[in-house]
Amino acid sequence: MTDLTKLTIAKAREGLKKKEFSAPELVEAYAAKMNENRKFNAYVCETTEQALEQAKASQDKINRGEGRDLEGIPLGIKDLFCTKGIATTACSNILKGFVPPYESTVTSHLLAAGANFLGKLNLDEFAMGGSNETSAFGPVVNPWSRDVPLVAGGSSGGSAAAVAANMCAAATGTDTGGSIRQPSAYCGVTGIKPTYGRCSRWGIIAFASSLDQAGPIAKDVRDCAIMLKNMAGYDAKDSTSAKQEVPDFEKFLGLDIKGMRIGIPKEYRVDGLDKEVAAYWDKAAEMLRARGAEVVEVSLPHTKYALATYYIIAPAEASSNLARYDGLRYGNRVDGKHLDDMYINSRSAGFGKEVKRRIMIGTYVLSAGYYDAYYLKAQKVRRLIRDDFVKAFEKCDLILTPTAPTAAFPIGDKSMQENPITMWLNDIFTVSVSLAGLPAMSLPIGLNQQGLPLGMQLVGKAFDEESIFKAAYCLEKDVNFKGVK
Amino acid sequence: MAIDTETVRRIAFLSRLKIEDDKIQATEDEFNKILGWVDQLQEVDTQNVAPLVSVNENYLQMREDEVTDGNMPEKILANAPMKEYGYFAVPKVVE
Repeated sequence: MTDLTKLTIAKAREGLKKKEFSAPELVEAYAAKMNENRKFNAYVCETTEQALEQAKASQDKINRGEGRDLEGIPLGIKDLFCTKGIATTACSNILKGFVPPYESTVTSHLLAAGANFLGKLNLDEFAMGGSNETSAFGPVVNPWSRDVPLVAGGSSGGSAAAVAANMCAAATGTDTGGSIRQPSAYCGVTGIKPTYGRCSRWGIIAFASSLDQAGPIAKDVRDCAIMLKNMAGYDAKDSTSAKQEVPDFEKFLGLDIKGMRIGIPKEYRVDGLDKEVAAYWDKAAEMLRARGAEVVEVSLPHTKYALATYYIIAPAEASSNLARYDGLRYGNRVDGKHLDDMYINSRSAGFGKEVKRRIMIGTYVLSAGYYDAYYLKAQKVRRLIRDDFVKAFEKCDLILTPTAPTAAFPIGDKSMQENPITMWLNDIFTVSVSLAGLPAMSLPIGLNQQGLPLGMQLVGKAFDEESIFKAAYCLEKDVNFKGVK
Repeated sequence: MAIDTETVRRIAFLSRLKIEDDKIQATEDEFNKILGWVDQLQEVDTQNVAPLVSVNENYLQMREDEVTDGNMPEKILANAPMKEYGYFAVPKVVE
């Protein structure tokens, strides 16, 4: 029998419908794979028994011909989504033991579509990190690692690794500055951050609210389309959720891209860009051109300020959002002599180093006397960065860039550990897109000489995921990327 | 804008975080490195540029102010580290 865990959602759905295998069999296959692949540290909580129960109910529905869009499909859920009755920690000690009495909107949608959840996936603590090393549960190991354990990327490192190693059919991720796209690139899988507002943020533990957006990480472009359709939609419980109709993204796959204009931002040819990354970038542009697209140079002049802007805005919002963790209403409490003592003790014991660093930077840039110089300034530059994209999209329909400047690096890399800014530079190609709130997908483009996957990023206009899906599907066909062995 | 030890202590308190005395200097150095790096934004001309608060600022809509949810004290208290008489319990705040 074929390995069921290697099937895409589209294929698994077909197989279930044709009764080639059952929904419980599918869950059991994934449970075995999760067991086999514990070394990757992708899951922080396993719920395969519940998944099995859900799968049995799904099988009944399939038997009655009532199967829904994701009926019987086993998914992994980033541990940033609140899941009713299942521990949710954001991979932070401060949320140890927290069991949400409610379900996030996105995961409710997935459950309502018939999916079952295999467990909760590892991430950087509160999604703050680019390597999954800030997780209170320890780093995720990239399934592509050989001799030296490599990072899976972050913050959705568990999601990307679990998809790459066939430990779930697809996974949910969230992206604030690149947290879906960068780990997807490092792990050789496909992930899309939709337009800000596409997916409800309700029930997703907040990091930086003006940037946070949920999206899928999956085995291929089609599965991303299937997942996104079942995650997106207006939600009255999130005031920033968009009242936009959610198209059936799958129907854009296979449409031709003749005449589509692909923009190459000249400012992204940064100094020290990895030669192989640059070569694959050219190759991807060539593939799209061969399909009839027109490749044009565009300019995003404020690109060099995107990281600094992001590292003011994101920590500022984080410092406000994380003020709620005070040891009072939920999570870990460490007693103190008086109330302030209790706050300080609980927060000092509960938060990790990177989270503390960002809370303090955020507190500083929002504090009296510095607000205008830092926070307000960053919001102004953010508008210039957004306007750059608006102007660029007058000349093109999509923008093509590498997802990350390098392939996955070793866990514990010294230069990254010693200087936080070095680590932050990995987000150089993804943050400006986040600041502009635009949709972007990362898909594998090939392997470098060390045999590690590299990703390409396709950026679209706001609410034009359609063009991304069209072009990504073409690129995927031409690249014909093979997953990890 | 460089910051000093006193500012580090003040920011730590505002953040309700404790920094051990032997870590203050390292924190101060790191802070100054990061702030020095973000200072590059000062070279951008932002005169007459309005701050971008949210990318979808136009969507915010008014809604009826009505009760749509609630009446679930057990659920709300379910994760409390300490509760008494249907309330969150805290250490004594009156000296």
